Amino acid sequence: MHDITAALATALHLVAALDPQMMNIVRLSLLVSGSAVILAALIGLPLGAALALGSFPGRGVVVVLINAFMGLPPVVVGLAVYLLLSRAGPLGPFGLLFTPTAMVVAQTLLVLPIIAALARQVVADLWEEYGEQLRSLGARQPGVTGTLLWDGRFSLLTAVLAGFGRAAAEVGAVMIVGGNIAGVTRTMTTAIALETSKGDLPLALGLGLILIGLVTAVNAAVFMLGRWAKGRMG
Amino acid sequence: MSSEPNSILPLELDEVGYTVAGRSLLDGISARLEAGSRTIVLGPNGAGKSLLLRLCHGLLVPSSGWVRWGGGGHSLAGEVTARRQAMVFQRPVLLRRSVVANIRYVLALAGIARRRRQALAMDSLSRFGLRDLAFRPARVLSGGEQQRLALARAWVVEPDVLFLDEPTSSLDPAATLAVEMAIQDFHAAGTKIVMTTHDLGQARRLADEVLFLSRGRLVEVSPAARFFKGPASAQARAFLAGELVC
Repeated sequence: MHDITAALATALHLVAALDPQMMNIVRLSLLVSGSAVILAALIGLPLGAALALGSFPGRGVVVVLINAFMGLPPVVVGLAVYLLLSRAGPLGPFGLLFTPTAMVVAQTLLVLPIIAALARQVVADLWEEYGEQLRSLGARQPGVTGTLLWDGRFSLLTAVLAGFGRAAAEVGAVMIVGGNIAGVTRTMTTAIALETSKGDLPLALGLGLILIGLVTAVNAAVFMLGRWAKGRMG
Repeated sequence: MSSEPNSILPLELDEVGYTVAGRSLLDGISARLEAGSRTIVLGPNGAGKSLLLRLCHGLLVPSSGWVRWGGGGHSLAGEVTARRQAMVFQRPVLLRRSVVANIRYVLALAGIARRRRQALAMDSLSRFGLRDLAFRPARVLSGGEQQRLALARAWVVEPDVLFLDEPTSSLDPAATLAVEMAIQDFHAAGTKIVMTTHDLGQARRLADEVLFLSRGRLVEVSPAARFFKGPASAQARAFLAGELVC
């Protein structure tokens, strides 16, 4: 018990002092997960909308796969990206393994199904409500997709946020393709895993507190934005 | 555009039927709707009134028969007819943006130049008494205001024909009156009105002509005065009597 309180005290001290080594790790984590979520949103939102509105052969299969992939184990995604990027792999010549870019790629793949599947649901529900009216107004593709994505923007933000939570919290994928190299590819989650195994509990605990605090802050911000928007936009 | 007709009317229905999963919901509907007049579609619940409007408007494709525009024996092209009609639904679907942006959206779809949209939209809002609400989010308007916005949105495209599906069924008397006045504005501007309602008083106030549907069939087409004085069909007589008793 004593160990834990001592670790907690040191952790709070590290957080309060904005320890530079720790801040670097936090910065890289946000950069990697943030980029991955932006990329996944750019691909996943239109993809989800297309799955909701389009009818093409194999659509049902894609929907099932995307839904199933929402629960992809991060280590498996990490392994797949590792194989692609390793020197012998098809993308080996680019030399991306153990770089932040590789981590962004892995997390994008991890988050994409979540955003696409939730976006598909949001857009499908909206189309149920809007479809007849939009057709009556003479709206056509691709304008309809844009209209629905924009009108679903607050719900979709929640979908993107779910993706961010997933990316920021996962450790398996970034560990495998990033390699947890200090100062280069060390994120909050990989650092927590490493420091815990080394026995440096204060740093691990400090990073854990920051991670939880960040995810909570982002969620709170979006929750309040959503409530404000609902009141304002109906 | 000189190659386009002045009006896409008349609208001709030729033995139109609509079947879902083997159940015939509309059958053998033949009618000719002329420009200018106000046609009210009456009938009991489930008679197929809303369905008929959707088939006319092109939201549904008939299972049998034809819906033709222009009265020349063959129908005008779909691209021409689609943008010269508008529909107001029982519950309008408004976009999550401001009142005026909802109108600009339709003007953009109609291919109106961006710099002209705001002024046209504001004109239309003024006409329907919504100018002061122009920058409010559309979705927080009251039911009556939302329906007026739906009418203003239809107004800007200057339709040849306006379909209305029970437009006042969830509105209070004051809002209903505003909608009826708006309908008269459309009528005065030369827009053909095709409307369903279950409010017989409203039908009497607005109708030039009545289409009476019962169980998916067109039972009677009469001038309004004659229909309300003494309908030709037994079903319509029972309908009017029943409605008056309730």
